[in-house]
Amino acid sequence: MTKSIEIHINSDPSLLRMMRAALSQVCEVAGFSSSDTNKIVLAVDEACTNIIRHAYKNKTNKPIIITCTIRRSKLEIVIIDHGSPVDVKKIKPRKLEDLRPGGLGVYLMTTVMDKVKFFNGTDKGNKLIMCKNLPKEVKNCEPGNQR
Amino acid sequence: MNLEINVEESNGIVFLHIKGEVDLYSSPDVRKKIFEIVKHKAPVILVNLEQVKYMDSSGVATLIEGLQQSNKYNGRFALYGLQNNVKEVFELTRLDKIFAIYPDRDSAIGKKDA
Repeated sequence: MTKSIEIHINSDPSLLRMMRAALSQVCEVAGFSSSDTNKIVLAVDEACTNIIRHAYKNKTNKPIIITCTIRRSKLEIVIIDHGSPVDVKKIKPRKLEDLRPGGLGVYLMTTVMDKVKFFNGTDKGNKLIMCKNLPKEVKNCEPGNQR
Repeated sequence: MNLEINVEESNGIVFLHIKGEVDLYSSPDVRKKIFEIVKHKAPVILVNLEQVKYMDSSGVATLIEGLQQSNKYNGRFALYGLQNNVKEVFELTRLDKIFAIYPDRDSAIGKKDA
């Protein structure tokens, strides 16, 4: 059986802390170590930061919906916004040797998660799916869970 | 807890003590404080991150700006006391090779080996 939780926040940077706290709890329930939890929280925080900055252009009253689903073998996180459509081709992690402020968010997301998939934006908004495989010992403990 | 930023000057060294979580919301405050310090061309700036529990890429970007501004006048800009999850962000982005990072205040000052 899967477990699912939805986190709704406005695109207000002051709310990111609360999102991180809630997501930490989800990761704990899923059985991730504190190190992996920190990385997953960082990846989602970076995604929300990009949404606030680029899709919503720093408007603070727009919705961000984060759906976390603990499946048999992975934690799946779907993030939806209703902002300006983002062209997937333009989303690229920057080269690390290019030392400049900014542009590290996508690099961090793709580095710490096992799967990151951006979907082309539509007039209704944007969607991003990120997955992190559950630790082996957690998968082994729950043989009855279905995908 | 809101972010707390305190500046201490001691023997020609400017210490920037940061406490809390540095993210999109709070990093502009850190940036403002760093720019006030580099504007006066402080020769040595040591950023105390002992009480920073979380830092995202906007926080890291702010510190890159501080380093670059300080490099412009040959100042020294170093970090110390990084908690594991903050250290990990620097390692993931390989910025641990760019910044001078010390375990504690004394080693950052140079009173003891890092």
